[in-house]
Amino acid sequence: MLTIAQAWAVLHQVPDPEIPVLSLCDLGIVRDIRRHGADLQVTLTPTYSGCPATEVIEASVRDALTAAGAGPLRLSTQLSPAWTTDWISEEGRRKLREYGIAPPEHRAETSEDGWQILHFTPLHPACPRCGSKHSERLSQFGATACKALYRCQDCREPFEYFKPI
Amino acid sequence: MAEIDNKDLIEYLLRLGDSTLVLGQRLSEWCGHAPAIEEDIALTNTALDLIGQARQLLSYAGELEGSGRDEDALAFLRDELEFHNLTLTELDGGDFGRTVLRVLLFAAYQVVLWQALQRSTDARLAAIAEKSLKESRYHLRYGADWVVRLGDGTEESHRRMQAALEYLWSFTAELFDRDEVEARLAGVVPASDSLRSAWEGIVLPVLAEATLPVPIAAGCLSRGKYGIHSEALGPLLAQMQFLQRAYPGGNW
Repeated sequence: MLTIAQAWAVLHQVPDPEIPVLSLCDLGIVRDIRRHGADLQVTLTPTYSGCPATEVIEASVRDALTAAGAGPLRLSTQLSPAWTTDWISEEGRRKLREYGIAPPEHRAETSEDGWQILHFTPLHPACPRCGSKHSERLSQFGATACKALYRCQDCREPFEYFKPI
Repeated sequence: MAEIDNKDLIEYLLRLGDSTLVLGQRLSEWCGHAPAIEEDIALTNTALDLIGQARQLLSYAGELEGSGRDEDALAFLRDELEFHNLTLTELDGGDFGRTVLRVLLFAAYQVVLWQALQRSTDARLAAIAEKSLKESRYHLRYGADWVVRLGDGTEESHRRMQAALEYLWSFTAELFDRDEVEARLAGVVPASDSLRSAWEGIVLPVLAEATLPVPIAAGCLSRGKYGIHSEALGPLLAQMQFLQRAYPGGNW
């Protein structure tokens, strides 16, 4: 039977299916692991409502823990508090940058009044390749809902930016 | 507080879930057809968020109903009259301008609705709202950005945006029309008519920036959320439901 610490260690090795450089723990979507008698109870918080990886993530959590000898599992989904990019670990941010994805530049908005739809300050995330802040947005949405598409105007390379949410 | 009747909550969840599902399906129609690949991706990502929200809402409705219908049964095995989406969400997408204008109008509605529903006494609905709000804000920015660019754009783009606004505006009254279902759910859900001023607070400045005069309100009140639909919903459902109807229980 796995201890709670061992279970965390296992999930630290399970990659996110869409951004395999990050583990599920780096992303902050594993919220809680605890014991209920013989059962291991794992609580996951999905990133985006429509994230097509949600089912794959559940399956990979189940597979990894089963392969490590966890025994009976109970997976549950917890929506509140809603997932936020603020939960991505420092380690995760570093890995993202190395992978060529700019990590979120600031904390996700938490207050309702600190938010506006017109005349917002354009964001110029640092290019993950050369570090230049001289970047321009090509699209608010990238290959997945969680990312936007930018281009570095110094090294001319396009890159993805993990949007704060 | 009076006991909440599950039937009322189910009805309310269907209105929300069907609206997000149907608009998600409409936006999915742009896959491969948008004017640039970035817009193709943006619209289909927005569709994906909406369909994800619909899954949460319809799953909850199915569980409350307790007769074994899950999110899939509710999405694929109900007929037109059983769909309770807002009429605004089912209308033909029209051109790209009408599409992004509808994203603006609906996302602004969702933002004010989710903000109110975050405080719902129903913990599950509040959790769905808290999560969805973050996504709807991104949809709203996308819609607002394009509406300003096209409205305050060329003569042709301005003309088409104004036409889209004249068309869609007449279906917005339904968003703020409250009925007894909502009245009985007081405390759990906000009264629709109480959302209008916050919605206008978002939408009107965008339309002003886009140089689009707001049309005079039409005298009609569409009634999609009561199951009375325009001719646009049937063909949409036919396409959306075809596979599941032709091959019952099929999955991959």
